[in-house]
Amino acid sequence: MKVLLSWLQEFAPGIDGDPVDLAETLSSIGLEVDAVTVTGADLDGVVLAKVLDLRPHPDADKIQLVDVDSGDGQPLQVCCGAFNMSVGDLIPFATVGTVMPNGMEIAQRKMRGEMSNGMCCSGAEIGFGDDHDGIMLLTDAATHEVGTPIVDVLGIERDVLFDIEVTANRPDAMSVAGVARDLAAALGVSFAFPERSYATVETSTAGQASIAIVDPSLCGRILARTIHNVTVGTSPAWIQQRLIALGMRPINSVVDISNYVMLELGQPNHTYDLDLVPDGAIAVRRAADGEQITTLDGTERVLIERDGVIADGTDRAIGIAGVMGGADTEISDSTTSVLVEMAWWDPPSISRTVKRLNLPSEAATRYRRGIDWGDNMVRAMDRFCELMAESGATISDDVIDAAGTTPDRAPVPVRVDRINSLLGTDLDPDAVTAHLTSIGFGVEAPNDAGVLTVHIPTWRWDTETETDIIEEVGRMHGYDKLVRTVPKPDGFGQLSEYQQARRSVRAALVGAACDEIQPMPFLAPGDLANAGLAEDGVTLTNPLVHEESVLRTSLMPGHLKAIAYNQSHRAGPLRFFEVGHVFLQSPDDQLLPDEREYLAVSISEADAPAAIEVLDLIDATLALPNVQLRTSTPAGMHPTRSADIVIAGKLRGHAGEIDPAVLEAFGITGRVAWLELDLGAVLNGPWGNRKYTQVSKFPSSDVDLAFEVPDTIPASNIAGALRKGGGTQLVSVEHFDTYRGTGVADDARSLAFRLRFQAPDRTLTDDEIGELRAACVAAAHKQKGVSLRT
Amino acid sequence: MSFYETLANDAVAAIEDAADVETLDGLRPTLLGKKAGLTSAKSQLGTLEPDQRKEAGQRLNVARQLVEAAFASRRDALAASARAEALETERLDLTEFQSKTSPGHLHLVTQARDRLEDVFVGMGYTIAEGPEVETAWYNFEALNIPEWHPARGSFDTIFVNLGEPEAVMLRSHTSPVQIRTMENQKPPIYIIAPGRTFRTDTADATHLPAFNQIEGLVIDRNITMGDLAGTIDTFVRAFFGEEVKSRLRPSYFPFTEPSAEFDISRDDGSWLELGGCGMVNPQVLRNCGIDPDEWQGFAFGFGIDRLAVMRYQLDDIRELVNNDVRFLRQF
Repeated sequence: MKVLLSWLQEFAPGIDGDPVDLAETLSSIGLEVDAVTVTGADLDGVVLAKVLDLRPHPDADKIQLVDVDSGDGQPLQVCCGAFNMSVGDLIPFATVGTVMPNGMEIAQRKMRGEMSNGMCCSGAEIGFGDDHDGIMLLTDAATHEVGTPIVDVLGIERDVLFDIEVTANRPDAMSVAGVARDLAAALGVSFAFPERSYATVETSTAGQASIAIVDPSLCGRILARTIHNVTVGTSPAWIQQRLIALGMRPINSVVDISNYVMLELGQPNHTYDLDLVPDGAIAVRRAADGEQITTLDGTERVLIERDGVIADGTDRAIGIAGVMGGADTEISDSTTSVLVEMAWWDPPSISRTVKRLNLPSEAATRYRRGIDWGDNMVRAMDRFCELMAESGATISDDVIDAAGTTPDRAPVPVRVDRINSLLGTDLDPDAVTAHLTSIGFGVEAPNDAGVLTVHIPTWRWDTETETDIIEEVGRMHGYDKLVRTVPKPDGFGQLSEYQQARRSVRAALVGAACDEIQPMPFLAPGDLANAGLAEDGVTLTNPLVHEESVLRTSLMPGHLKAIAYNQSHRAGPLRFFEVGHVFLQSPDDQLLPDEREYLAVSISEADAPAAIEVLDLIDATLALPNVQLRTSTPAGMHPTRSADIVIAGKLRGHAGEIDPAVLEAFGITGRVAWLELDLGAVLNGPWGNRKYTQVSKFPSSDVDLAFEVPDTIPASNIAGALRKGGGTQLVSVEHFDTYRGTGVADDARSLAFRLRFQAPDRTLTDDEIGELRAACVAAAHKQKGVSLRT
Repeated sequence: MSFYETLANDAVAAIEDAADVETLDGLRPTLLGKKAGLTSAKSQLGTLEPDQRKEAGQRLNVARQLVEAAFASRRDALAASARAEALETERLDLTEFQSKTSPGHLHLVTQARDRLEDVFVGMGYTIAEGPEVETAWYNFEALNIPEWHPARGSFDTIFVNLGEPEAVMLRSHTSPVQIRTMENQKPPIYIIAPGRTFRTDTADATHLPAFNQIEGLVIDRNITMGDLAGTIDTFVRAFFGEEVKSRLRPSYFPFTEPSAEFDISRDDGSWLELGGCGMVNPQVLRNCGIDPDEWQGFAFGFGIDRLAVMRYQLDDIRELVNNDVRFLRQF
């Protein structure tokens, strides 16, 4: 919502001062000012000029040469990038030496070899509205001499424009008067609506029009009046300027007054060509499913049952309630009689229709927040009639005022104790009353229990409860006056074990030279298939782009894209890790997907053992129970170099290498080691169970053993057997070599282990070590086809 | 010069002549060992008269100490020069070497999030987490945003094709975690909820459709808006520095009332809007089965990514999701 200082002052003349200070005050009461613009200043040097000649620039397509008369009768050549002018047009022209409102100084200069002696201006360039498209054409300026300062031509006075971001709970602030009311209260100056007066004629609205509220839940109140002798022309300059300043385009004298009243008082209104509404009869009802209407913008709209419509006497829809009028009854240049209608619509009804039709018109934006259903409706009708009367129209002497169901706002008991308890203040009933009455709330004296009875004004539809009113008290008291305290919880703050463990894993991976990546969780439709994964990702209803329309079911595609991207920038080898959510298809009875927190590590230009090293690192970091690799071919992974990760008997992830076919699909060169763990499941399961074992003070002995082991038996089986055979006195087993070749069968390899034996309470004798060695060998030999190499 | 002094002088001269440690050590038996002159002189002290013995013994000791000292000093000097020579032969040009390994790097957002978590843990909070895909109940309705409410549109929600249209969505804020916490935990509650959130914002230099927020929620007896202002002030000073100030401005969120936006001061005296906050709306408490006459509290929230962008003055927020190692390895 934009407001002009001069307009605010019509309601509260005491509003004055430094524009930046006023903006601060507005922000401090919840009317956040996005921008403050001083208008009408700094236009010295901009004058009315006449276009004398237009011709192409000999050396440029996007600019043309224009001769203008800027007051001395002599043609002055300028280069101009706009092409909307014709010879004879009057335009704002910045002469050489002018400093424009944006700080740019107009200099004489050459553009592609042609002299330019000034600048033809758009509306926006002289701070007059938002129109950047083309040069401003001053169609009504013929009464002024060429060379007249533009501020005189346009009647521009110095003013201040505040652009306010109005929150959804402040329907009242969607008008100049509403902003003035709040600001006046904050500044402690008086606020009043000016008296409006106009002559009426002895024609009766009731005799020419009628209103039927068919659905009172839709329409709380509706006013209508007939106006005759209407001339549809252009509005006075002051109306046009205010509309432009507030971001609306002047259209014609009737529409402009309609918009002016809406901006000033927050009451949207609609004008029908009375001659096009049979018998002036209008009815308010819900739409029939599939009912059609062509709206003012020329679009045919199909309605549904919960939409509201305004229908004529033949029950034909002539407007979508609160959203947009119909094309059939629109006023035109030939209109002489109008029916003006001002209504209060049920906000949720309007809101749903606005959303469904995506038609956030200025009127709908106000209706859906809940406009004033009280005196302001009559006030807006009077203001409309006054402005119409000034344009020469005649006003019927009565108003139809039909009632539906208006909001029921019973007085609200407000506990002063509760106010202070919520705000942390020490306000007495008088102070509370003063704050509330300053913005139009009615307050009855407190009862013995310190409870005030508060009457909510009709312009505050969103305000209903005690807390709503406490917010008003806080706002007017000033948040900067709150005494700052810090609550002390009885408990203590700490990371959960899960969160601590997750940080430990991250730290361990950083220590292992891995960089953390955070791809967005969106995938393109083909990504899962390219990664060799099932295409069962949950899809988005309204993705921003097609390439981000599927939720990931694995962290793999994101890593592969990151690796491909970095390889394309000649970076590598890459070591990436990520902790992030994946979204799996949910079990049948669940609405939400099966969302899990995964950990993934990808290492480019590395083969599967690199992934196992990382797994061992994570194992060591978390002290996981019984981590096993089970040979398998997980989706997207290398068919002969991958395994399932089984922790405490449960499948928790995969480790190994990415399938070469997948690497090719993503354009990756070299192998990629890959590990993906269901981190959430791992951390919610057993981990971190570390037990003390006495550190032996006695010497240890190492024994190396090499076995010929068939390829079908994993090395981990041999290590496990050795551990079993060695018992507690076998303190470590290190697999230090693998050999294939001479002396070993074709379908087997030699695996060499270093065993370290040690007892906690004595030095083991040679005999004891010999027995332990024999027990280990015997255990290994239980695996079929395994034999000790000598 | 007596006999002892002559012996000593000869020994010192021999010591000074030794060219290296090995030669010197070779002299030790003849100069200070069992067969050395000074050693045999000591054994002959017994032959002297008692009155001469004491005086001769003292002189002999002085002579012997002189030789010992000369030996030790010469040995140190020879050893030092030998070591210096040896060190010279192993001289390295350290600028020839370039490490082939580098440490890994935590993502910038993780670093910012960890720091924020630590500040609030220090203030007595725990950290709550929740799903990124949510139902309309948790993302909107429980937060007092009914289906028709104009505020719903302002969340620019990304919906998911599950259930009825607009029934399931990528959470547009981390507030659903507040609801889940209040449903599952009795007050007092002191939590922060960091995590990823989503909006239909086309990625550009200052926007991402997936970004990170952190929210705080306190529910206890007698919590006031002054507590909210004080908590934000404490956090701001802890995170941004003692000199940074904060302020609250009235605003509107359906789930808090009164509501405010909070700003932090910049070096030039201007204010930067950081996030939103307010007293938890009694309706939200009721929706979670908490009696608003017994318990009250506040909530606040702001973006994490923006803090990282501000701290390092990144010119494009998309760097946070591009995963370019040339970016990741800077932090």
